[in-house]
Amino acid sequence: MSAELLALSAAQAAERVAAGEVSRDELFALYRERAAADRAAAEEGLNCFTWVADAGDGAAAGGPLNGVPLAVKDLFCTKGVPSQSGSKILEGYLPPYTATAVQRLAGAGAPLLAKTNQDEFAMGSSNENSAFGPVRNPWDRGRVPGGSSGGSAAAVAAGLAPWALGTDTGGSIRQPAALCGIVGMKPTYGSVSRYGMIAFASSLDQAGPLTRDVRDAALLLSQMAGQDPCDATSLALPQPVALPSAERLDGVRIGVPAELTGEGIEAGVLEAFRAALDEAVSLGAELEEIELPHAPHALSAYYVLAPAEASSNLARYDGVRYGLRACEPRDLLDMYTRTRHDGFGAEVKRRVMLGTYALSSGYYEAYYGRAQRVRTKIAEDFAAAFERVALIATPTAPSVAFALGSKTGDPLAMYLNDYCTVPMSLAGVPAISIPCGLSDGLPVGLQLAGPAFSENALLDAAYALEQALAFDGSGARV
Amino acid sequence: MIDRDEVLHVARLARLALSEEEIEPMARELSAVADWVAKIGELDLDGVPPTSHVVEVTGRLRADEPRPCLPREIALAQAPDATDEGFLVPSPQA
Repeated sequence: MSAELLALSAAQAAERVAAGEVSRDELFALYRERAAADRAAAEEGLNCFTWVADAGDGAAAGGPLNGVPLAVKDLFCTKGVPSQSGSKILEGYLPPYTATAVQRLAGAGAPLLAKTNQDEFAMGSSNENSAFGPVRNPWDRGRVPGGSSGGSAAAVAAGLAPWALGTDTGGSIRQPAALCGIVGMKPTYGSVSRYGMIAFASSLDQAGPLTRDVRDAALLLSQMAGQDPCDATSLALPQPVALPSAERLDGVRIGVPAELTGEGIEAGVLEAFRAALDEAVSLGAELEEIELPHAPHALSAYYVLAPAEASSNLARYDGVRYGLRACEPRDLLDMYTRTRHDGFGAEVKRRVMLGTYALSSGYYEAYYGRAQRVRTKIAEDFAAAFERVALIATPTAPSVAFALGSKTGDPLAMYLNDYCTVPMSLAGVPAISIPCGLSDGLPVGLQLAGPAFSENALLDAAYALEQALAFDGSGARV
Repeated sequence: MIDRDEVLHVARLARLALSEEEIEPMARELSAVADWVAKIGELDLDGVPPTSHVVEVTGRLRADEPRPCLPREIALAQAPDATDEGFLVPSPQA
């Protein structure tokens, strides 16, 4: 029975529960046992989780999600449940409230299964910057799962959770989804409330689903999207998110940007990407070469804007209201500076310094001001492209999963992981990564992006392609 | 090139203590990243307006009605040090 249950997608599991063929308790117990075993094994396992629930209470009975348990990235505040955003500086923090996205999913019937490991404050592309230690890729334990939502991606790929919540600032859902061979979607900026998400870069942070298939992603997104009075930047999607059903791509014009599909992308990744495009054509899609002339500058702009916003957002960690405080401070300033020294990891310190530098007197216009103008050009590039095509396709990440420790000494090499995902983040448009094949036995992700609010078209196209590609994710199951 | 003095200046602004061993690598890494992001200096951006937020949402204000907020004891419960009335911190000048 349990092998059969584990083979079901989350949406299928919800249908079984609704039909009375499986009980919610049975489903929860199955996943709880698997998650708890990984948690107990710590770094001997995949190290996906920072906390695992004892019981599946707290979710509504019934509902569209019908008791299918949910893993949630550590940075979502969950009332009375540890929420540290992967950082030592929030050690012991038990939030007094729950993030809107998690609250909505509980209201739709999904109980909290576990909190997932992540890069500290979502800063990273390998899940190696975590106070809880690195997460391992279930396809090859010597490799990274991607980041920053690496615990969520690895847990779903390995079948330790039916589905998971993540956040994406410059690729933190899409890139780990690609490296772990699952589906990950960053919806239009603002479509999911940021209330209760521990902030990294507020103008870019966006919650989204990490799931086994596209239908699961649509189901999860449909239940968490929507305007929230607690987040003034949130907005209602013009149409509710529908479950995808398209089988063909007849007449769908897909743009392939030269800037993101050539130089800097691994040969095996490009090969799998090209094969997926051929599949799209056989489903009736029309390919068109397009230009996103400013895309090569997106990463530089992003690594000004995101650290600048982070340096401001992370000013709140001062040892006063929650989390860590340095021992025996001499005075107030000493308490601030030593608490932050002791509590932040190396990458977070680097980005706080970089952001502070970029915003400091004399450099503001050269860095932050210019980066904001580059952002305008990138948004204009996308707007021009979407005049001609319905969707844009790129590889999700320039390489397959890389070896643990292989890029930790070189921040710039690590940042290049976000080369194909950051442009969409800066433009605020929705994008989804689906697995499209293997290269050297490791998964390759295909990224599809659409104009703002095109979630349904994007999900439909991804679904049609997913059926045709028939990717086999069983190599990651534990 | 970001030198030692500049690193210490920025660290002061960021309220971040750095150990002696952290200073030199930080200077090197920040310099490398700053040189790399400075590539955006090559673009002609005259007359291009800045974007701080991609989706235009303006003037969305909720009704100004009093609502209950977090009770004080709950707000203080997570603090490393507190009295019944507020957060307790060391004196600004010892």
